[in-house]
Amino acid sequence: MTGFLTLLYKELLRFWKVGFQTILAPMVSTLLYLLIFLHVLEAHVEVYPGVAYTVFLVPGLVMMAVIQNAFANASSSMIQSKISGNIVFILLSPLSYRAIFFAYILASIVRGLLVGLGVYLVTLVFFDIPLQLPLWALLFVILGSAILGALGLIAGIWADKFDQLAAFQNFIIMPLSFLSGVFYTIHSLPIAWQYLSHLNPFFYMIDGFRYGFFGVSDISPYISLLIVAICLLAISLLAIRMLKAGYKLRY
Amino acid sequence: MLPAIEVKQVCKHFGNLRALTDIDLEIHAGEFFALLGPNGAGKTTLISIIAGLTLANKGSVHVMGHDVRTQYQQARRNLGVVPQELVFDPFFTVREVLLIQSGYYGIKENSRWVDEIIERLDLSDKANANMRALSGGMKRRVLVAQALVHKPQVIILDEPTAGVDVELRQTLWDFIKQLNQDGHTIVLTTHYLEEAETLCHRVAMLKEGEIVALDSTKNLIGKMIAGKSVRLRLVPDRLPPTLQPLQISHHDGIAELRIENYAQVEFILSSLRVADIQILEMHLQQPDLEDVFVSIMRKSGSQSK
Repeated sequence: MTGFLTLLYKELLRFWKVGFQTILAPMVSTLLYLLIFLHVLEAHVEVYPGVAYTVFLVPGLVMMAVIQNAFANASSSMIQSKISGNIVFILLSPLSYRAIFFAYILASIVRGLLVGLGVYLVTLVFFDIPLQLPLWALLFVILGSAILGALGLIAGIWADKFDQLAAFQNFIIMPLSFLSGVFYTIHSLPIAWQYLSHLNPFFYMIDGFRYGFFGVSDISPYISLLIVAICLLAISLLAIRMLKAGYKLRY
Repeated sequence: MLPAIEVKQVCKHFGNLRALTDIDLEIHAGEFFALLGPNGAGKTTLISIIAGLTLANKGSVHVMGHDVRTQYQQARRNLGVVPQELVFDPFFTVREVLLIQSGYYGIKENSRWVDEIIERLDLSDKANANMRALSGGMKRRVLVAQALVHKPQVIILDEPTAGVDVELRQTLWDFIKQLNQDGHTIVLTTHYLEEAETLCHRVAMLKEGEIVALDSTKNLIGKMIAGKSVRLRLVPDRLPPTLQPLQISHHDGIAELRIENYAQVEFILSSLRVADIQILEMHLQQPDLEDVFVSIMRKSGSQSK
């Protein structure tokens, strides 16, 4: 347990020491999104009855910030350690592959939650945002950041250079998060796009998270929960397998 | 007695490149052992396999009786490795790095031992400095310290003195010798063969992924037939006929004579006395590990095995 806790502490300290870049900067950029959308789309129709577009937008943006930062945390920590070579200190130690997995994922969850919470608290100053079912919201934000942490770990292990990691981020994570209903409800989409959206696991995270705020969602939160949980399990198993086999870590 | 490291039939290839072929090696507990060989001979690959950083294609490795694959946690708890590359974590200070490394080995409270290593390796001034701010030599010391946080039974140092100044070399070897006297097994690779010769009991030489020599340092040097010689500056500068068969070379006023053993020195001296030739200078040349190394590496790898 000490080994796992130490690695977790190290991972937390790693982003905490550069908090400007890892917590404040993403908060600011998310709030900028909000400011711009607010300015342009305030007159937009209500998405759900009685829910103004800006209020609808906030949970989506919070979740997007969570997703991106959870991913960034595990992936950048892993690839930096690999490229600078200091991953050797973890690989030489008796840390089990499970301990390594859970430490990276938990640190990603913490960073995701810190950024998300920061964004949420700032928006509270300007808007009255209901949080009707906080446990649902918490459940989805934790599962979502865990999935992205595990994906980040996989990407960080897989990528040999920053270029490849950027590709993973820009061509997989960004489109999936932007097209998951952060900015809109999928009911506003053409029917074909609605079907496609259902194939995007990020959609369920955001829809379920939003359910926690408004008590309304595009699809049943239980279905979202099931799908998100299955995704987390599958991605975690893949990440653990990679660690166990030493894929791209132990040659 | 349980060997500290047991390598059995280990093979490793990277694609078509055969890095190691059928390596068998047993390093006894308490030994000071050198792994020598030219660049690319497979030393680091072998160390990486022992450390679990590289996975062998065939064969098995045990550290203090624990299989490095199936019992990796026990094996790694018994092993400290100083990597060859100057790697470091730029986010932390020296002390933080050492305490974090202790934690990885499950040691919660290690301040006393960490302080001791810091002092023994002359790192006290830099204990709270960020890793980025350290010179190369200092970073090397931290790497050594990191390998020792969990007081491992077996310590492997992969070229620990590459690019390191004389003072640190002395400090480092004094510390390592002390650890060896305390019962730790030490394995090192180095290109400074005089270091290996003075420190190590036993030597393995690797060439192109195979062990081409494995013996005690003394035996290896003792077995060198060529190599012993006497160099003389004489007045007048000529050799008596009795000594001429022994002559290897004669230039710049220095005559070099081959000898098989030191008893022949007496014969040389008496021959010179009889011929009324005076000795101005005399040096006895004896083979060292470097001569052994060069001669073994020149031979083809397979036949000298």
